[in-house]
Amino acid sequence: MCRGARIRKLWHQGMLKNIPLSALIGLFFTGLYFLMAIFAPLVAPYGMAEVVGDVWEPSSADHLLGTDTIGRDLLSRMIYGGRTTIYIATMATALSFITGSILGFAAAVSGGWVDQALSRFVDLIMSIPSLIFALVVLSVMPVTVTVLILVMGLLDATRVYRLARAVAVDISVMEYVEAARLRGEKLTWIIFREILPNALSPLVAEMGLRFIFMVLFVSTLSFLGIGVQPPGADWGGIVKENKEGIVYGIGAALYPAVAIATLAISVNLVADWVLNRTTSLKGGRG
Amino acid sequence: MTMPLVEVRGLKIGATIYPPGAKPKAIEIVHGIDFDLGPGQVLGLIGESGAGKSTIGLSTMAYGRGGVRITGGTVTINGRDILKANLSELRKLRGGEVTYVSQSAAASFNPAKRIMEQVIEAAVLQGKFSKRDAEQRAVELFGKLGLPDPDKIGNRYPHQVSGGQLQRCMTALALCPEPDLVVFDEPTTALDVTTQIDVLKAIKDAIRDTGVAALYITHDLAVVAQVSDDIMVLRMGDMVEYGSTDQIINAPKEEYTKALVSVRSIQHPEKAPAEPVLSVRGITARYKGLNFDVLKDVTVDLSPGQTLAVVGESGSGKSTLARVITGLLPPSEGEIVFDGRALSPDQPSRSPEDLRELQMIYQMADTAMNPRQTVGTIIGRPLEFYFGLRGEKKRQRINELLDEIEMGKGFIDRYPAELSGGQKQRVCIARALAAKPKLIICDEVTSALDPLVADGILKLLLQLQKIEDVAYLFITHDLATVRAIADSIAVMYQGRVQRYGPKSEVLSPPFDDYTDLLLSSVPEMKLGWLEDVIAHRKMDSAGH
Repeated sequence: MCRGARIRKLWHQGMLKNIPLSALIGLFFTGLYFLMAIFAPLVAPYGMAEVVGDVWEPSSADHLLGTDTIGRDLLSRMIYGGRTTIYIATMATALSFITGSILGFAAAVSGGWVDQALSRFVDLIMSIPSLIFALVVLSVMPVTVTVLILVMGLLDATRVYRLARAVAVDISVMEYVEAARLRGEKLTWIIFREILPNALSPLVAEMGLRFIFMVLFVSTLSFLGIGVQPPGADWGGIVKENKEGIVYGIGAALYPAVAIATLAISVNLVADWVLNRTTSLKGGRG
Repeated sequence: MTMPLVEVRGLKIGATIYPPGAKPKAIEIVHGIDFDLGPGQVLGLIGESGAGKSTIGLSTMAYGRGGVRITGGTVTINGRDILKANLSELRKLRGGEVTYVSQSAAASFNPAKRIMEQVIEAAVLQGKFSKRDAEQRAVELFGKLGLPDPDKIGNRYPHQVSGGQLQRCMTALALCPEPDLVVFDEPTTALDVTTQIDVLKAIKDAIRDTGVAALYITHDLAVVAQVSDDIMVLRMGDMVEYGSTDQIINAPKEEYTKALVSVRSIQHPEKAPAEPVLSVRGITARYKGLNFDVLKDVTVDLSPGQTLAVVGESGSGKSTLARVITGLLPPSEGEIVFDGRALSPDQPSRSPEDLRELQMIYQMADTAMNPRQTVGTIIGRPLEFYFGLRGEKKRQRINELLDEIEMGKGFIDRYPAELSGGQKQRVCIARALAAKPKLIICDEVTSALDPLVADGILKLLLQLQKIEDVAYLFITHDLATVRAIADSIAVMYQGRVQRYGPKSEVLSPPFDDYTDLLLSSVPEMKLGWLEDVIAHRKMDSAGH
């Protein structure tokens, strides 16, 4: 059965029809943020680095959120900043999940020295605080978006590895995995066809959480000045640029904070719902 | 006639189910049951899983497990309707007037507390006895139930006694508050046959000595026939037949009861041994980290197209033998010859042909099938993997296999969760057959199934053996199954083959002591069997 048909079947079974209110709210805001990120050049009223007014103008019809520390339109910078933040966070999450879960599954299924070598290596990386590790790496490497994604994704892959391995160890002792082994199946079939579908629920829940950590991580790095470099915008960077304004009672630095918080909550509402759906689906594990 | 202790009239029990995606739905699982139970009487409730027997048992404590609610009827105990009682009255009832013995004592005892503390808890909390009197009573009960060293056993922790002993401790727990009624919910189902018989005797004696009434819930008619005065046969929440034990066993009226009484009556003529397809030669094996051998010098042969039954209680090494043959546990000594060639001791280095010709069916069909794969994928994968079948050809072969296991084409897109227990096991059989094997290892394949369903599976296996000419290595603890399907038998005890040969030889005297114990412990469907056996035993079971 192809994927499209399966989704249609789910729809007809009512899987997607009865969405709870919390998930709807989550879906709406997550969708809104992602759409704004994708269509930023169309949505934003001004260019990202365009100086269009005075320093820290209050909000007006021309500038809905006012202007920033050098007179750029804050709404436009928020929209472009969201685009950068969400892009980096999404790519880094994807990278960490692909590497982390594949390595975790492989370690759990293979066992023995493969498991030992991978797990001890991951322990080693995890023993270094990831922010400090990232600071060190980024201070010697050229800070580009690709490098940011690689560093964040690979560092976070260690956390995903831990979860994926723990889940897969439970699954790999199930008799259906033993049956596949006895049949002579290769590692790839066991990982992708036997274990992955059953490990999806906890991984999806974790993905929501990890995505938000990524948003916070990239914002932290930008706030410290080694993330997205000016004149590029991202939410952490906007906080950094406008933090002096708080002293004068100007709230420009608070908008990115609100954006990060609402995105975090809405993504997790969606993740919760997906988790509930997939655990009740076909009697799979939780 | 005196007034009955328990009077159940028109008992209806409902539950709420949550189909994925759809609105929760209320269903009725017990449709109006009536029965009476006098003081000191034992009523056996019997039926397959889903018949509602445990639910009815718990309703005598006005309790429903999970989302289960009692929706109608009356349950009168000692003259008052407990369904109308408030919570504080119910608290007096539960653990005071009515107590409960569950199937798994190991899961019901708190592992962190001593046995005595738990046995007397209800009696003391109910204010029926002082702590000292309760302890005295418990010791008395331990003695009555035949537990060793009754004065001291209460000081042990649950993990320090055997499974059979713990089940007897739980019976003591239930009897300690001097209840009027004890609900026994499959108290011997999880035990080995040889242990079951002791526990059964202990429970029977304790019921007689204390004069308590009992509801005895089980799926095994032969067991319930030994302890109960009356039997009620249930099916899907309806009463099928209700009568005295004598009448139900010797003169059943309903078709369903007749089927239950005559279950396991499959006859299988023994075939003569031929050049073996599988020879296990001098296998000794141990698990990593254990300091003793789980298998000791095991040697058996299996002829093509025949069935070798490996029998023994838990811990006798039968499943380990399967792991050695499949290569999951390389032996420390000995070799396995399969179809004329020596098999590599560890599975990853075996040839695809060796893997294909040796298939396995598991006890728990639930965990043996990936819950996220459809029946079509589960059966189709070996076809694709071993024979490279794809598309229409594969689908056709899957349908053929579904026909062979007596299931229709409509099952191809179903998920395991949408199948019944028997259907699941059938799909597992089809998956094994799909590889066109020469040998299938069946590890307790019928133990988790209801008797009638298990019978169907055994018949199917025999029929498939005729068609496909496949040999079975049939691991089981159930001698009735062995009688039904085996050509030769290996009796295992503590890792050794105690007795081995053609069925007719192994099952006829003279017996060694262990085989005698094992054979005599299989419950028979006749009254007074229990007493006969206990009187004639040569050897005590491990539970003593």
